[in-house]
Amino acid sequence: MIPELGHFALITAFVVASFQALIPLWGAQTGQNRLMAVARPAAFLQFALLSLAFACLTQAFVVNDFTVAYVAQNSNSLLPLRYRISAVWGAHEGSLLLWALTLAGWTAAVALFSRRLPREMVARVLGVMGVIAVGFLSFLLFTSNPFRRLLPDFPLDGGDLNPLLQDFGLIVHPPLLYMGYVGFSVAFAFAIAALLAGRLDSAWARWSRPWTTVAWCFLTVGIALGSWWAYYELGWGGWWFWDPVENASFMPWLVGTGLIHSLAVSEKRGVFKSWTVLLAIAAFSLSLLGTFLVRSGVLTSVHAFASDPVRGLFILGFLGVIVGGSLLIYALRAGGVRSEGSFELLSRETGLLLNNVILAVCALVILLGTLLPLLSDAFGWGKLSVGPPYFNTVFPALMVPLFFLMGAGAWLRWKRHGLAEWFRRARFSLALCLVLALGLTLWLGKKPMAVFGVSFLALWILAGVWIDLGDKLKHALSWTAGLRRLSRSQWGMLLAHAGIAVCALGAVFTTVLSEEHDLRLTPGQSVAVADYRLAFSGLKEVDGPNYQAMRGEFQVYEGEALLTTLYPEKRAYTVNRTSMTEAAIKPGLLHDLYVSLGEPLDGGAWAVRVYYKPLVRWIWLGALLMALGGALAVSDPRYRLARQQAKASLGKGVEAA
Amino acid sequence: MNPKRRQKLALIGLLVLGVGAAVGLTLFALKQNINLYYDASAVARGEAPVGPSFRLGGLVVVGSVLRASDSLKVEFRLTDCEREVPVRFQGILPDLFREGQGIIAMGKLGADGVVEASEVLAKHDENYMPPEVAEGMKDVDACRAAQKAMAKALEARS
Repeated sequence: MIPELGHFALITAFVVASFQALIPLWGAQTGQNRLMAVARPAAFLQFALLSLAFACLTQAFVVNDFTVAYVAQNSNSLLPLRYRISAVWGAHEGSLLLWALTLAGWTAAVALFSRRLPREMVARVLGVMGVIAVGFLSFLLFTSNPFRRLLPDFPLDGGDLNPLLQDFGLIVHPPLLYMGYVGFSVAFAFAIAALLAGRLDSAWARWSRPWTTVAWCFLTVGIALGSWWAYYELGWGGWWFWDPVENASFMPWLVGTGLIHSLAVSEKRGVFKSWTVLLAIAAFSLSLLGTFLVRSGVLTSVHAFASDPVRGLFILGFLGVIVGGSLLIYALRAGGVRSEGSFELLSRETGLLLNNVILAVCALVILLGTLLPLLSDAFGWGKLSVGPPYFNTVFPALMVPLFFLMGAGAWLRWKRHGLAEWFRRARFSLALCLVLALGLTLWLGKKPMAVFGVSFLALWILAGVWIDLGDKLKHALSWTAGLRRLSRSQWGMLLAHAGIAVCALGAVFTTVLSEEHDLRLTPGQSVAVADYRLAFSGLKEVDGPNYQAMRGEFQVYEGEALLTTLYPEKRAYTVNRTSMTEAAIKPGLLHDLYVSLGEPLDGGAWAVRVYYKPLVRWIWLGALLMALGGALAVSDPRYRLARQQAKASLGKGVEAA
Repeated sequence: MNPKRRQKLALIGLLVLGVGAAVGLTLFALKQNINLYYDASAVARGEAPVGPSFRLGGLVVVGSVLRASDSLKVEFRLTDCEREVPVRFQGILPDLFREGQGIIAMGKLGADGVVEASEVLAKHDENYMPPEVAEGMKDVDACRAAQKAMAKALEARS
């Protein structure tokens, strides 16, 4: 009965979303308050119904209801409860349901926190989000119903969840990532609503800023978690592969980062407005493209669970409608937008423009590398693949100027900044950064180019933060008083920029300074890595709830002192007969020691990976700093004050018109 | 030309130059790093280039995997059930690498006709076949069945 209830809730949610899509938009175009008022209750109702549907599916997993096809394919009675719950979004149908629920959640949040916005704006924003919801719910209902029953011949036990996904990482990674992906739909809806209203003013930019930043924070944490999960779960110590699925999440992040910055310019200075709208459309379109790439099965990777052409065509069509429709509205409406401010060549506006251009070019370059194999195959140019070396050549080449600009431009003034003044302020920091970076390079004595480059840029970004802080505290009575008076958005920016520096250091140091040994070891042998000695003392068999494992034992010595013992495992999952590598890691702020078992060889020996990874944690630490910065910026009380003022000024504008 | 316009022109010039450089770099990097795909027959017929790296797909021939006894060197043959290609690899094979399994190897063809693999990819479960490999084969099921039968025969003998 319960799965049918869930299915029914899903159908009802679809109907409610259709009303939410049509009526408020019609009301806003014709100025009928009663029609516009439908938007809010519809948003809440849709959220409630999708929560009910999601709860029903979760219940089916919890009680092992294998009459439901989706449960039978992705769960098993031996699977521990926490993984039975996370299995709800472990495969295609359930993860789409999570997508729809997340969208409904964002819609309800907009409905809840938009009390101070003009009625037409709310109606249009919620209407646009309703259109997106209709698309996804019809996709769910018509091609990927998670409640489909297997009656009367249902299996006695399920096919088990993909072992890669039986992990803490999977419990949290997809929901966070979806919060980010889907969160960009709010920025998108605001942009389309503003275009429909023909009113791209700074109030619109101010309204969509906090929503965009929240979505960006979630996406940042989601991507970082995915990278961390790949690092410890895939068993060979990589943290980024330029896999199409990773690129699919990284492209919206890059464009979203640009969007955050360009929204700031649009709000404060009234310029770049049509560009900002275009970025908002692009960020969400890339999120949809990511969904298409992952869910249609056009790619072969861990994430492509299903390959069903109908599904792929549906998402592709939906993508076409959303992108084409929004670009059409853009083309019709954005022509009349006029910039309000002007600025000179050396100014904060120019700095942010360059930031936007580089980020957009970067997203395009990654898009090209991701789609080229698909396009080539589709047009019959031959089968080819674009390997990580392509991305590893192009991406750093674009990051170098971007990071340099971050250090040089973060403290520029709006409108104009004198070149002589810039140089006077920057020269000391510039010299200091060069000397420190050179010192670090000489001290390490390895890979001088990369080490010098990244440490200079990271220091330079921090110097930019430092100069900016100095400018802000210039008129304060004391440092402490000045620091206390800094607004939360200012703290947010400082933290996020510092996060980039930390992340860049981690990424480059890990890449160029890691020690990686693939070895053949027999119990009793030991191996030296960096300053450590690892002794392989033996293996034993252990049984898990739904797997059997061989567990290796490695003592880690520093000098003569025993530091810790690592237990990497090789697991064989009983139900779907796959084997999995569980790495053992000795984590540290400055370096990780990483051991994983390869395969058994003749004579009791094993193939073993032993890695020494300097600063690898800094990659995710930097990402957390960025997200924390974003969170601080959103919590700034000025957004709540500003909303009241915006309403007042908008009222005046209407009167004047 | 007034200074304002000159500045605007400078900004646009800077952007065009920067984007142009990025495009140039991208094309250069693409040219260096596109890897074409060949199936075993194509490599055996000598269609694959000697030198640049490419991807080779096929089933691991049952009974062909030979490991060195003192290192991680391994040799095996890949087949599309028409021709076979020898592959050499040094390192740890993925969890799903098995005889009879469809895999993809990335590597360079040596003058001796052996592919020196730098990377071996095996994904998903034992019944999964990389799409490139499946497409290049005349009869996927028959090919897989032949390999399975071979595995059974080997098992019975030992």
